Amino acid sequence: MTGVGASPITLEGVILGIDTSLGSAVAVVEHDGAVRSQVESADARGHAEVIGSLIERALAEASVRPDSITHVAAGMGPGPFTGLRVGIAAARTFALGRGVPLVPVVSHDAVALELLLHDALTGELDEPGRRAFAVVTDARRREFAYTVYDGLDDDGLPRRRTEPGLAPRDELDALLDAGDVRRHDAARIPAGLLALTAARALAAGRSIGPADALYLRSPDVTLPAGPKKVRT
Amino acid sequence: MHVNRDAPVILGIETSCDETGIGIVRGRTLLSNTIASSMDEHARYGGVVPEVAARAHLEALEPAIHAALAESGVALSDIDAVAVTSGPGLAGALMVGVGAAKALAVSLERPLYAVNHLVGHIAADILDPDAPPLEYPTVALLVSGGHTSLLLVRDLTTDVELLGETMDDAAGEAFDKVARLLGLPYPGGPEIDRAAASGDPEAIRFPRGLSRASDMADHRYDFSFSGLKTAVARWIEQQQAAGEPVPVADVAASFRDAVVDVLVSKALAACRDHGVPRLLLGGGVIANRRLREVALERAAAEGVTVRIPPLSLCTDNGAMIAALASELVMSGRLPSTLDFGADSTLPVTQIQVAEAAR
Ligand SMILES: [Zn+2]
Repeated sequence: MTGVGASPITLEGVILGIDTSLGSAVAVVEHDGAVRSQVESADARGHAEVIGSLIERALAEASVRPDSITHVAAGMGPGPFTGLRVGIAAARTFALGRGVPLVPVVSHDAVALELLLHDALTGELDEPGRRAFAVVTDARRREFAYTVYDGLDDDGLPRRRTEPGLAPRDELDALLDAGDVRRHDAARIPAGLLALTAARALAAGRSIGPADALYLRSPDVTLPAGPKKVRT
Repeated sequence: MHVNRDAPVILGIETSCDETGIGIVRGRTLLSNTIASSMDEHARYGGVVPEVAARAHLEALEPAIHAALAESGVALSDIDAVAVTSGPGLAGALMVGVGAAKALAVSLERPLYAVNHLVGHIAADILDPDAPPLEYPTVALLVSGGHTSLLLVRDLTTDVELLGETMDDAAGEAFDKVARLLGLPYPGGPEIDRAAASGDPEAIRFPRGLSRASDMADHRYDFSFSGLKTAVARWIEQQQAAGEPVPVADVAASFRDAVVDVLVSKALAACRDHGVPRLLLGGGVIANRRLREVALERAAAEGVTVRIPPLSLCTDNGAMIAALASELVMSGRLPSTLDFGADSTLPVTQIQVAEAAR
């Protein structure tokens, strides 16, 4: 996706959104939600390679300098940990470099907001008997990461029914059916919607994301067998 | 982008192993060497766990940058360039630093220098205010938990040659593994040192890896420590099978001397072969007193001058990364483009990664 428009920047400044929980995505969004630029790479491995250029391009296509950034929205996952960390590290140091606040956001919230806004436009949101839905992403190792949502709250933020979790690939459907939850698979995280989620949270004065990365898995470590018994 | 080339202020980020290092230098002057280590988190595993290290980097980076800025008295706006380790090292750990460095450089609108970790170890020496200027060529022996390399440095910014390296375990790893065999805690280096203090280094003759005449033809400057570790394990087992007690002090002292002997012998052979009367030591294992003593003593006997950077700069740190970038800036090198990644096997000949085209 390429940049949108290049009108003069507003005095209020803009939000930079960064997410590397699936591919790598960066966006520059105004506080009212207008997306000024959104760039991304679908590569599920090369996060460290592309992140710098993506940030630079997002700024250039939005016609803003770094000092126009008032907040940095960071996608905190869930996501495969090696890539996920790259975007969080980048978001944190960008915010540090500008001396602006970091706004952590659950990456699935961005997808949920996109769906809910779409539903609101089509009127589907107001239908009685609407089902809850799950945002589902690849967590590798034969597992999916999923978060269940059931609508927008009063602040216009997606309302989570469950916090992000992992499920084996062949068990997820049964699990969702049991709760009458519609399944929505996402192959990308829209960074613009991630930044909009942050904007809405900021406007509401709420903190919505976790402070730490949502790895959902412990590090893979097998403890070594105890040291050999040696008499001294 | 204009860069101050006289005495650039560089912020260096190092995340190749288990130390999150943030260093700030001005030209060749050290302003801050801030290190957050996740060593304690690895202790119960007996070695560095890559995923544990990478997670710790993500958490430690921001506080370490703040601490380094505070210590140096440098404001973000004073920084002329950002530097980062591109490799070699643990891929997932390196990526945290690379992502962080790129975003910091873009946010500050400053150039970024992606550099080689091993060459950084040599650059650490430049920050020693008491040392005379580094003379070329010099042989460099870098020994740590992650690497054991012998280099010929003709010029820090343009010409570093790999003479040899370990074929299996790094020397520091061998210390950790043998410490475990002896029931000593992690990290093994200081523990082996302590245990060896009262031991007889000649009590047991452990093998010197790749030191036989036939090895010296093909692997003259290469190292191997896994055979030594196995030899120690076998020796302990035999002792136990015979119902004999294991003399921990003697095993520790004999093992340590086997390692030190190989390291120093090969380094001095390199000096001799290349007619270079200078040897630079670097890496965390240089903190081992016995290694320093033997190196100094045997080098002196051969007329070789030994340089050892301050020990705080021998372990992995961000200051050495900043120092190397500072040399690159001062010698007029262009910054790196933003398109490089983490390269866990980055060859030592590649001192800077992704230098922009002129
Ligand atoms: Zn090192």
